[in-house]
Amino acid sequence: MTSQEKTWKEIAPAGVCSKSSSEFLTGDWKTYMPVRDLEKCTRCLLCVLFCPDGAIRWYPEKGDIAFDYSFCKGCGICANQCPTNAITMKLAQE
Amino acid sequence: MQSVAKQKMMALAGDEAVAYAAKQSDVDVVAAYPITPQTIIVEKFSEYVANGEVETEFVCVESEHSAMAASLSASVTGARAFTATASAGLALMHEMLFVTSGCRAPVVMAVANRALSAPINIHGDHSDSMAQRDSGWIQLYAENAQEAYDSIIQAFRIAENLDVLLPVMVGLDGFTLSHTLENVETLLDEGVKEFIGTRQFPKVLTHEGKTVPFRLDPANPMTVGPLALQNYYFEFKRQQEEAMENALAVIQQVNSEYAKISGRSYGNGLLEAYRLEDAEVVAICLGSTAGTMKTVVDALRQDGVKAGLLRLRTFRPLPVEEIQSALAGVKAVAVMDRCLSFGGNGGPVFHEVRHLLYEAASRPYVVNYIYGLGGRDTSPTELRSIYENLQRIIQTQRVEKPIQYLGLRD
Amino acid sequence: MTTQEWKFTTKDIAAKPDLFLSGHRACAGCAPATVLRLIMKATRGPTIVTESTGCMEVVSSIYPYTSWAVPWLHTAFETAASNASGIEAALKIMKKKGRIKQEHVDVIAFAGDGGTYDIGIQALSGAVERGHDFLFVLYDNEAYMNTGIQRSGGTPHGAATTTSPAGSVIPGKLEYKKPIADIMVAHDMPYVATASPYYWKDLLTKVRKGLEVEGPAFLHVFAPCPRGWRSNPAKSIEYSKLAVETCVFPVWEAVSDEYQLSTPSKLVALAPQKKKPVADYLQGQGRFRHMFKPQGKKLLEEVQRITDERWQRLLMKCEMAQKP
Repeated sequence: MTSQEKTWKEIAPAGVCSKSSSEFLTGDWKTYMPVRDLEKCTRCLLCVLFCPDGAIRWYPEKGDIAFDYSFCKGCGICANQCPTNAITMKLAQE
Repeated sequence: MQSVAKQKMMALAGDEAVAYAAKQSDVDVVAAYPITPQTIIVEKFSEYVANGEVETEFVCVESEHSAMAASLSASVTGARAFTATASAGLALMHEMLFVTSGCRAPVVMAVANRALSAPINIHGDHSDSMAQRDSGWIQLYAENAQEAYDSIIQAFRIAENLDVLLPVMVGLDGFTLSHTLENVETLLDEGVKEFIGTRQFPKVLTHEGKTVPFRLDPANPMTVGPLALQNYYFEFKRQQEEAMENALAVIQQVNSEYAKISGRSYGNGLLEAYRLEDAEVVAICLGSTAGTMKTVVDALRQDGVKAGLLRLRTFRPLPVEEIQSALAGVKAVAVMDRCLSFGGNGGPVFHEVRHLLYEAASRPYVVNYIYGLGGRDTSPTELRSIYENLQRIIQTQRVEKPIQYLGLRD
Repeated sequence: MTTQEWKFTTKDIAAKPDLFLSGHRACAGCAPATVLRLIMKATRGPTIVTESTGCMEVVSSIYPYTSWAVPWLHTAFETAASNASGIEAALKIMKKKGRIKQEHVDVIAFAGDGGTYDIGIQALSGAVERGHDFLFVLYDNEAYMNTGIQRSGGTPHGAATTTSPAGSVIPGKLEYKKPIADIMVAHDMPYVATASPYYWKDLLTKVRKGLEVEGPAFLHVFAPCPRGWRSNPAKSIEYSKLAVETCVFPVWEAVSDEYQLSTPSKLVALAPQKKKPVADYLQGQGRFRHMFKPQGKKLLEEVQRITDERWQRLLMKCEMAQKP
């Protein structure tokens, strides 16, 4: 959290949250990152469904998925569940 | 200026008066659990519901903890919520009382003040609500069934005021008030509806970047009751304190507005001064005992004693300035506590009164009387002895026992 | 019960915008997070969520950030169901009085082990008895994970937790997993089901059924926790499959106390030779590590025994018990 914190007069009562967590990037948690072999991938979309962080998205207009590494924590569920072993976990670059 | 409205005299016990006030207040949700001596409130209300006399969802919850959770949640969803309890039930809600005030939910609750266990006792004293004085709830104490009725109606206005947004509990002494029949002057339904109005909601900034009414509405999603870490929790608590301070003015304002339509006023809403103008010996008390105290004061005055009574109607927020000015010039004060704060060097009201007199230009003698625990009746003679003791203190310029137990078998 | 069966494709679900947003602080590999994300995909319209204190509540609502794109309320640990009762009652009466614009609002209560099996059970039982129209979801990671992996009524026999450690004298939790879903069925309530996230289609179908039913519905979802189970974060979903294949966590539903096995478990019932030994599931989880030592053999046998016994009882309820 880097934003300046507000005073008691500035915040809403009852703790009503003022920011979406989609502004909080958890991608720097990862040690490993998923890398996809585009040929092996059948676009079954299981990885999209199983990702705890919603970090893999399906783009129907593109007919393809994409990994959002700004949220991916590198858990490896996608790699483990991929039916065609299209995803491998590699050490994430800084 | 509005003239006093047409009213209807009814014979009601305190609990019935409370139920009737809630009925007239267009309450949306009542989630409650029965406990003596509050039971008549929920039973009466159930009758109203069963006969289609109210448009209210009555939720017969399985415990008081759930009663407060459901009341608070209903309130945050946008409903006007009312509940009632006493003693152990209030104690069971303890955790949720803090959550309710923290969520700024304007829940109104009647408390039929009753002793806390153990041993178990079903009769009146203030230990239940005094134990919740830190919970962030506004606390009003009624002297009689009439005031209980009036205070419930006023409570919705106080709680829902946008400068307050705090829950309000109205205490009425168990059995003495809850179960005793009185003549109660009641407003007509339209009068109450007009006085209370519809619930207003403050506007809050949500995570969608919109500023919308504070309630759970799928059209405007918001998150309520989050985890606030060390960097934010403190600020939320300060907000609640500010709301408490604002409540002092709001309670007075509501009291005087209500006086216009009912003809009834309870002091200035915060406290009631009875024959205090030139009083030298003063007792301070809360609740129904004040009624008997007034007759004792009258008798003393007949005998030439400059006696007076200060009845605290509002205990939270504590009306500091008002008490300080009411006691200016008084020589000796007896603070009556219908509750003990074990190991605390006297009762809660004693603590607070003494504390607020610390900076007074001239401090009176202040002593404490613990009385009436577990429904112990206190006679006018015993009550008069308080004043006799105060006179003795002034005369001898000595306090022998700062804390005494009135009516205890010693 | 439902007039129209909800039909959906994988692409439909994947394309649906998340209502449980990224950026929450759950551990890497947290199956409860997957479960919540998936469940929110099965909502059908305006929805209000209430949650009890626990992992999912904490990770999704660290002020000022929220992961909830729907109205959401948290009050305390015991109160998922009592909150839901209050919200539902408020919606009902406000609708009657013409203060709600939506035609219908679904109410979902989420709670973990603590908020369901133990501290929350009273409120849950009360809410169900009163018949409030809401869906209660238990995301079961089999211990009080948020406070540091302490045992709950849902912790299985022999599991090591911080309040039931596998010591030299006592080998983990001695008590058995409380059959919470069966307890809920005994409430004679409209809909009870168990689900496991690997079988996501089954899970989503059950969520939708629970929402559509009039009155209370209870959904018990298996949700592996790599942190508390000391397992590989990558395998959280795999464990949710193994749990069903070994009958440790069978999937079924009960419509007004008539039990029916769901397809994934039905396949095991119909082909019992395919039923995997519990060791396949227990292995690799640090909380069961002591069972794979020589002195843990009896414990492992006991776990197999109780799993088989409960499985048989379930089959009988589903009228699928094999004749001996």
